[in-house]
Amino acid sequence: MFGYIIRRILYVVPIALGVTIMVFSLVYIGPGNPLDAVLPDDASQADVEAIKEIYGFDKPLPVQYGLWLGRAVTGDLGKSIGTGRPVVQEIGHALGNTLLLAFAAAIVLIPVALLLGIAAAYSHGRWFDKFVSSIAITGVSLPNYWLAIVLVIVFSVELNALPAMGIGPDGPEGWEPNLEHLRYLILPMIAISVIPTGIIARVMRASVAESLGQDFVQTLRSKGLSERTILYHVIKNAMPTVMAVIGLELGNLMGGSVLVESIFTWPGTGFLMNEAIFRRDLPVLQGTILILAMFFVGLNLLVDLMQTWVDPRIRRY
Amino acid sequence: MTQVNAVRRPANPLDETRDRTPAPPAAAKESAVVVYKGQSYWSNVGRRLRSDPTTVVCGLIVLAIILVSVFAPLIAPMDPYQAKMLGRLAPIGTAGHPLGTDELGRDMLSRLIYGGRISLMMGLTPVGVALAVGGLLGVVAGYAGGWVNMMIMRFMDVFYAFPSIMLAIAISGALGAGIGNGMLALTLVLIPSITRVTESVTTQVRAYDFVDAARATGASTTRVIVTHVLSNVLGPIFIFATSLVSVSIIIASGLSFLGLGVSPPEADWGLMLSTLRQAIYINPMLCALPGIMIFVTSLCFNLMSDGLRSAMDVRL
Repeated sequence: MFGYIIRRILYVVPIALGVTIMVFSLVYIGPGNPLDAVLPDDASQADVEAIKEIYGFDKPLPVQYGLWLGRAVTGDLGKSIGTGRPVVQEIGHALGNTLLLAFAAAIVLIPVALLLGIAAAYSHGRWFDKFVSSIAITGVSLPNYWLAIVLVIVFSVELNALPAMGIGPDGPEGWEPNLEHLRYLILPMIAISVIPTGIIARVMRASVAESLGQDFVQTLRSKGLSERTILYHVIKNAMPTVMAVIGLELGNLMGGSVLVESIFTWPGTGFLMNEAIFRRDLPVLQGTILILAMFFVGLNLLVDLMQTWVDPRIRRY
Repeated sequence: MTQVNAVRRPANPLDETRDRTPAPPAAAKESAVVVYKGQSYWSNVGRRLRSDPTTVVCGLIVLAIILVSVFAPLIAPMDPYQAKMLGRLAPIGTAGHPLGTDELGRDMLSRLIYGGRISLMMGLTPVGVALAVGGLLGVVAGYAGGWVNMMIMRFMDVFYAFPSIMLAIAISGALGAGIGNGMLALTLVLIPSITRVTESVTTQVRAYDFVDAARATGASTTRVIVTHVLSNVLGPIFIFATSLVSVSIIIASGLSFLGLGVSPPEADWGLMLSTLRQAIYINPMLCALPGIMIFVTSLCFNLMSDGLRSAMDVRL
């Protein structure tokens, strides 16, 4: 197992390097000079050269990449053009809020989705199964930004029951685990949960149904085991597939909530990214994407290792 | 055909989940009663489709939305850009404006009809381009195997390290706002998943005996790929691409919603959703309208794609 873990980690290294190259090149695919946002319009040629030297833009691209990567590894992602604060600090702040939202959603949606999936598989072909299937297909077709707006219309505008924006009553600073703050969490949580719930429930249903059809279930039954014990074995067999999807969806919860975060002005990484795009604050944009992508890569690695731990048959390489 | 509905499941093709349940066989009842003459593959597909009302209805809705968008100038009751300072945000059901007016007093019904043009174009074009590029890369990777395969597929793995919506937003954000940039970003996001699916299908097809037989008779590589491999690969990846349309439309409208796609005063569902959001406390129902269009279009594409997948007996 130890050797396997090392091999999996080594396999991730080139992907992580590829990610850094892509994130680095984001600055260069855009129109104009990346320095345009820093320089005043009437900057003299000498000033331009001086600034270029300060930011390292006078060096060849591979060297620039190397220097950037070296700094990024040591936790220096540059300074925000908008606020002048270190990018790492800005992201750290936002990442906490995004993680809070993502994990709050995950704690609720994963058990719900798994239970729906299991129940649907057990009622194969009956109305409940069809009901879960329709929830799932509605979930994947639903634009979450529209759902967010509809939730605001229903619960904030019409019913005036829940707050429509922000993270708490005292502005964007600090979330506390109390009832007042929890109210702010509810709508964004629902908005980002619907799609993943649909997807996970669908995969769980398929996996459990597949396991139920395997010979070992019949063997267990003929040995006289209780349905509960059989369910345990079925779930254990169904888990690896579902875990892969849960991993992906957790990543999507974090990286894909840009739209929902900006609707609810939830001060997370998505909101930060959106702001960075409109201020053309490239260091912040670059840093946020790098951190989120690395999180995603790490999460997938973790899922991969956990899958093998649960079911050693699927070991790769 | 209740069995069809029971086995069918929606797909979010950007995930790596594969639908392993075999497509249902043509209903046993039918084959037991009637003996069909000349049961070719396509007549089977047609028969399965005819007995699947959901797919037919969704297909018709999709067709209607496309036709209405194409012929928008003939159908729309009013000029979608004609602003009227008096009579802004008229509620649904106002005389002359069956779906009300937007924040500048423009007729909502006409704007929704025109909106389909850009929203559909932004959703469909990237899938088409990605199908061509990703399909080509996938066939090359799958047929060549070896280090060519490894180079292409490892390159695609890097794209998979980003959540798809985030990647689309990041690329179009870096490129700058605009329809073209938005579509380019979306295409780049869709290519890896199409490449992956095409590669896996091609690898399977390449292993079949008829490919070896063709090679043994001296057919050139191009000929083997064009006549033997492509004809077996195109069906599945086409089905896969139709399921991507729904994702593509949702992300495209999302880009416009953020202000990264279309710019005002253009009529586009995502952009309309975003500009109407400011009126959420004045006329909430109106704000939800453009979203309904995105949702219905995406849902119908999803259901249609699922139905086609079952009918064509494609396993991805």
